[in-house]
Amino acid sequence: MSEPKIRVEDLSVHLGKEEILHGVSMSVRGGEFVTVVGPNGAGKSTLLRCLDGILEPSRGGVFIEGRSIEDLERRALARTVSYVPQPDAGAVDYTVRSFVEMGRYPYLGAWSALTEEDVSAVSQAMELTGVEHLADRSLSSLSGGERQRASIAAALAQGGSILLLDEPTSFLDYRHQVHILDLLDRLHLEGGLTIVAVTHDLNSTVSSSDSVLALKKGRVAAHGTPHELLDAEILATIYDVEFHLVEGGHRGLPLVLPARNGS
Amino acid sequence: MKTSLRLGLLAGFAFLTLAIMPLVGRQVLPVSVLSQFGGSDPVAIIFWQIRVPRALAAFIGGAGLALGGAVFQAVFRNPLATPYILGVASGASLGVALASRLGLSLAVLGLATNSIAAFAGALVAVGALWLLTRLRPEFSSTTLLLAGVAMNFFFSSLILFAQYTASLGDSYRIVRWLMGGLGGVDLNTVLHMTPVVAVGAIVVMWRSRELDLLATGAEIAAARGVAVAPTRTLLFLATSVMIGGVVAACGPVGFVGMMAPHICRLLVGPNHRTLLPASLLFGGAFLLLCDTAARLVLFPAELPVGVITAFLGAPFFLWLLIRQASAPISR
Repeated sequence: MSEPKIRVEDLSVHLGKEEILHGVSMSVRGGEFVTVVGPNGAGKSTLLRCLDGILEPSRGGVFIEGRSIEDLERRALARTVSYVPQPDAGAVDYTVRSFVEMGRYPYLGAWSALTEEDVSAVSQAMELTGVEHLADRSLSSLSGGERQRASIAAALAQGGSILLLDEPTSFLDYRHQVHILDLLDRLHLEGGLTIVAVTHDLNSTVSSSDSVLALKKGRVAAHGTPHELLDAEILATIYDVEFHLVEGGHRGLPLVLPARNGS
Repeated sequence: MKTSLRLGLLAGFAFLTLAIMPLVGRQVLPVSVLSQFGGSDPVAIIFWQIRVPRALAAFIGGAGLALGGAVFQAVFRNPLATPYILGVASGASLGVALASRLGLSLAVLGLATNSIAAFAGALVAVGALWLLTRLRPEFSSTTLLLAGVAMNFFFSSLILFAQYTASLGDSYRIVRWLMGGLGGVDLNTVLHMTPVVAVGAIVVMWRSRELDLLATGAEIAAARGVAVAPTRTLLFLATSVMIGGVVAACGPVGFVGMMAPHICRLLVGPNHRTLLPASLLFGGAFLLLCDTAARLVLFPAELPVGVITAFLGAPFFLWLLIRQASAPISR
């Protein structure tokens, strides 16, 4: 079997005295779209940060294309892996173009200007995400959906083959959610990107993915295809809530509805 | 207007200020004095030995303070964060207050005791901030800002203590120094501060792209490939060297560090490749103008320049903020 694109081995992370992740192992094939689900505080975002080397594990390791992340220089890592964190109101108000251009950081010297290759990567990323018409707008003037697309554009400008996203559709209205999901589908199916996305959206995001990793209290609670995971019993153990499953979801998958008390 | 044109105009403004201000004073000197370098004529001595070094020190000082402010605002992601607000200036002042109070004599390498003490104090203050970012990397920039402000108060209380227990003469010297001023500046001061400010300026400009990214957040910066911890360390070190050098020469001058980068952001936008040179030029010209005013307002007495920077700067700054709210400058 060939080396997986991302391999996580027995990963544990402590923040202070608290253990956030405990012995998590997983592997992601090249071109695979993996969603990471689980209740709040399960360690989903922490796992994502470890995949981009932003957090250091206290035990275990992450391997990108077979190389330990610790052996990779940050710029080299940024040329392979890009990360879209949860939206954050930045203090400095860059234009969309400046912000996307910063995605070329791992290719640029301190005094050098953008090369033709940089410029074309930037415009390609803006075109793919549909933010060209916003190029000269400031980030603070964008709507949530536009801002998320600009963040993805900046990550794509890094030119990596792995894209990590933290709750890419949270806080977005339905139209923008659909935009982002269509974009991820295109990046994954046409662009061949390997995608790992943390999400709470079991119906749309999970059903677009190839496989699902469920975390609970820092441990892997389940790992399988969306078909296997979208099961009332498994979901109940992950989330500690009862679920109703209804036919009619995307790709023949069921729709998942959390059951209210007394319903 | 294009950003490069604005930067060019700013450079022209700074150059004119630097050329004209030394000629201005109670006695407006003739332009012909420019050709009398090294002359023994009183006019030539006033110009070349007093006013030119002082103008250069003001310009370099203002430039260093503005750059330090721009760096701290990016690293702490807050427009209020400047070395002055976060206790670097008060650390330097504490150094001077302690040296005066304890009667220390630290003169080495031709540097005055005050310079060495200010430098050491600034390093201690930045060192404490740096240590905090290393020990608690998860601290938000707001928490760091609060920590810096707390440190500022801590140093200030120690300064007050040193001053309260000092003799009347020492106490006055400390207060006078705390007000900031360029009265005692000579060519030696300029020679001492130029290399440290220049080195600091080159280092922070060399790290412009990192500053751009750090201003968007440490996490995004790391994701784009910035080695956040070593970059912060380098920037802190460069800033403390720069601010230490400036404070040692002209005391803790406030407001330039906060205002200059902010105004320049309105003029040339937030990208540090243009923001840093703009801040350098603007901060330099601004402090030089303020110092010229300080020389003239109460002539023959001199006003501490720190009084002028805030007096002129604060209303101008408010006016800019109000104007910006109604008509944002397009970038």
